[in-house]
Amino acid sequence: MSSLKMPKVDRQILKNKYKIVNDIADFTKRDNILSENEELKPYETDGLAAYKQTPMMVVLPENTSEVSKILSYCNKNKIKVVPRGAGTGLAGSALPLADCVLLGLGKFNQIKEIDYDNRCVVAQPGVTNLSITHAVQDKGFYYAPDPSSQMACSIGGNVAENSGGVHSLKYGTTTNNILGVEVVLMDGTITRIGGKVFDSPGYDLLGLITGSEGLLCVITEVTVKILKKPDTVKAILLGFPTIEDAGNSVMEIISNGIIPAGMEIMDKVLLEATNNFSKAGYPLEAEAMLITELDGTKSEVDELIKKVAEICKKNKCTSVKISKSDEERAKFWSGRKAAFPACGEMAPDYYCVDGTIPRSKLAKVLREITKLSKKYKLPVANAFHAGDGNLHPIIMFDANDKISLEKTEKFGEDILKLCVKHGGVLSGEHGIGIEKRELMCEMFNNDDIQQQINIKNSLDPSSLLNPGKVYPILRKCAEEGRLHIHGRDKSKFSDIPRF
Amino acid sequence: MEEINQNSQTSLDFNTEKFEPKDEIEIKQIIKFCYKKNLPIEIVGNKTKLDIGKKMQCAKTLDMSKFSGIVDYKPEELYIKVKAGTPINFVREELKKNNQHLAFEPVNFSKIFKKNQNEGTVGGTLSCNFSGSRRFKVGSARDHILGFKGFNGKGEKIKSGGTVVKNVTGYDLSKLITGSFGTLLVISELTLKVLPLESETKTIIVSGLALEHAIGIMGSAIASSNDPSGAVYYPGNLRNNFVFNDLTHPGSITAIRVEGTKISTEQRINNLTKELVLEDKKLTILDRMQSEIFWEDTRSLKALSNTDKNILRAVVPPSETVNLLNRLKTFHPNYFLDWGGSLIWLELDYLSSQKIDQIRQRILDANGYLTVIKSPENVKSSSEIFTIDPIKFKISQNIKKSFDPKRIFNPGKMYTGI
Repeated sequence: MSSLKMPKVDRQILKNKYKIVNDIADFTKRDNILSENEELKPYETDGLAAYKQTPMMVVLPENTSEVSKILSYCNKNKIKVVPRGAGTGLAGSALPLADCVLLGLGKFNQIKEIDYDNRCVVAQPGVTNLSITHAVQDKGFYYAPDPSSQMACSIGGNVAENSGGVHSLKYGTTTNNILGVEVVLMDGTITRIGGKVFDSPGYDLLGLITGSEGLLCVITEVTVKILKKPDTVKAILLGFPTIEDAGNSVMEIISNGIIPAGMEIMDKVLLEATNNFSKAGYPLEAEAMLITELDGTKSEVDELIKKVAEICKKNKCTSVKISKSDEERAKFWSGRKAAFPACGEMAPDYYCVDGTIPRSKLAKVLREITKLSKKYKLPVANAFHAGDGNLHPIIMFDANDKISLEKTEKFGEDILKLCVKHGGVLSGEHGIGIEKRELMCEMFNNDDIQQQINIKNSLDPSSLLNPGKVYPILRKCAEEGRLHIHGRDKSKFSDIPRF
Repeated sequence: MEEINQNSQTSLDFNTEKFEPKDEIEIKQIIKFCYKKNLPIEIVGNKTKLDIGKKMQCAKTLDMSKFSGIVDYKPEELYIKVKAGTPINFVREELKKNNQHLAFEPVNFSKIFKKNQNEGTVGGTLSCNFSGSRRFKVGSARDHILGFKGFNGKGEKIKSGGTVVKNVTGYDLSKLITGSFGTLLVISELTLKVLPLESETKTIIVSGLALEHAIGIMGSAIASSNDPSGAVYYPGNLRNNFVFNDLTHPGSITAIRVEGTKISTEQRINNLTKELVLEDKKLTILDRMQSEIFWEDTRSLKALSNTDKNILRAVVPPSETVNLLNRLKTFHPNYFLDWGGSLIWLELDYLSSQKIDQIRQRILDANGYLTVIKSPENVKSSSEIFTIDPIKFKISQNIKKSFDPKRIFNPGKMYTGI
């Protein structure tokens, strides 16, 4: 565990560990409670593997009533609870605390209802994102948000982190694609928010909970909207002599009123690495490549592909390759989605940064990232969800070299500060967790953060649900600048496609 | 950190009943003053939706209509940042110059509340979160707010969000304040997502369908890959509200809107006609001009605007609509359906709080919710305007307290005690 400050460990709670195990066994089967060190080991980290902490115990409840009883008990006895879905998150939001009950939702793995009449699916939170699409694809439907880890990440985790994906520009993120949730508050209260209808009256609690990183409630059921698959989907690979030309093309495509399903830019470093890895047929002579995906009716897609190619040619595009089949389109994407393992072949370790900037700043921010790369003497490969300005620079380093690790941390921080400086935000889709917690003061002042903490306190007055995440513990925003963050590392589960 | 001294140089007269702040410093001073003195404030814009929600007795009125203007508009970044009092009509005109629009089509209540052409302010529109026919395709107002600045009940300036779509940086307060009817904070500035106007719009109208058949057709259209952007049903008794050269068939109207490029719109209209087996039905295709008028009339609730009757808004899963309407027959409502049958606008001759309760219960039984839009003051004062259950009431009360601890913003506007 790094030196990042976490909430004070309650020694008394730790002393009572086996009493707590026995008490919780009144609410769920004893087999659902893990309390020995070797059982706890797999749960000591999430996707941000540099941070490790063995929890006091892991509890794997089987239904909402059990969750309610466990939370109510923990609330009364002032025991911290950290909720966890699939544990694939990259910001450390599901990192355990030494004196916590880690509440794993893995047994909530059923799709409860497929309702084609109302175009929605009701799923338990542990169901993976991709399983929802699999469950409805035979009727031509799908669930739109598609984080690259969709084969492993859970829908409950998607709600907690407001996950996005490559198609967010046109189809939105999780918050725009869910209709309702069942949640349990820290005091054990069970409530349903939304349902199978849009815009439930009163405060938008669904909007508040989505992206709240497990700090406000435990999600026990999710109702998602499903969409019919478009008739035709085509992707186009476009090579450019400079990253600026690719960025200018993105701006011009949007200025022309075209909203593609996805637009991704990769720089030369990543282009070569991913092409070597997956033989996707990328234009290797190019300095930057733009993948644009268009969907709709066949005539519309053909018309827009033509327009996109014309705009890109005007912006010095040197190569154009249009997918001729769904297989070829999948191949175009395979390189992009293999960015992590491809970088893994170039360096012992890599660290993926996640921030969002206004689209018009893409080229400028990239130039500054290149300067930083020289300053820190660390290679960086760049991938962007260019359509919505979401950056994912991948810094390559050696975690065994302490100096290299420290430099990587500083480099990542500088990139995120750049994002904020250029009118962007600290996280596009990975969340804040512990990873960016201390950087919150770059974006918000004390009053902004205090207002958010007041909301947390109004639902969880003793701050027992996932404490120490998202909001700085030693907050000195505005007056004294932010505090330092320590210890980042490569991601866990490096075989899962990311971002 | 910015700190305003209430005693600093100011032209504000704190004894006045109505404040019209010119800048954020004045907004802050007014709230700090009212916080200190425990004075409730009614927050208003152009007052076009003032009649929705309960009537309040407030010592002060904060009129935000003069706090107006575009702060930043970047068409290529697909966002516009405006002061809260900016008229929504003005924003629409500015966006049109760049072939863009607010895709969520805010409902225009000016006709039913007899406010002439005044559609209200951006702040008011977002505070109420009533969105039009594109809801099922593009989302509602809450899906188009990217960020805001405002002042909480202690007069502290709060911001959240930004100008970008992808953002997971702290709680999404932008969504929380949307639809909060001014009960959480005074919004001073809003950043909204804008989208390109589609180059072509056409509408298929099938005339004379019975309710059940119409809902089936609308559902199939939405669940197809033809991506329609509107699906409404007007029963035969409302037919005469729509006079178009090309619409010659009598009877109910089932209308499906298709937007996109010219070639794509044509193709999707053809696809829908075939897929929904509409060839043998009484079909009309409205061209762009007629189509725009039809959907503008829908957005302005034209079919319900010629009387002084009561108006209710129910939202249920579309599969429940037919049953619900059967169960509401006893109240003899006029109605029309939007959002493919999920949104039911009801018009009733006579309404009492008891009737509202009965109607609400039937809507709750159908897994939906009710909002009272227009009814006499004496009925409103003794009825719940928005549907809420006791658990969410308690949660909402706690959230209200976290923003506005002395409950000075629009107290009781949404719920008694909030």
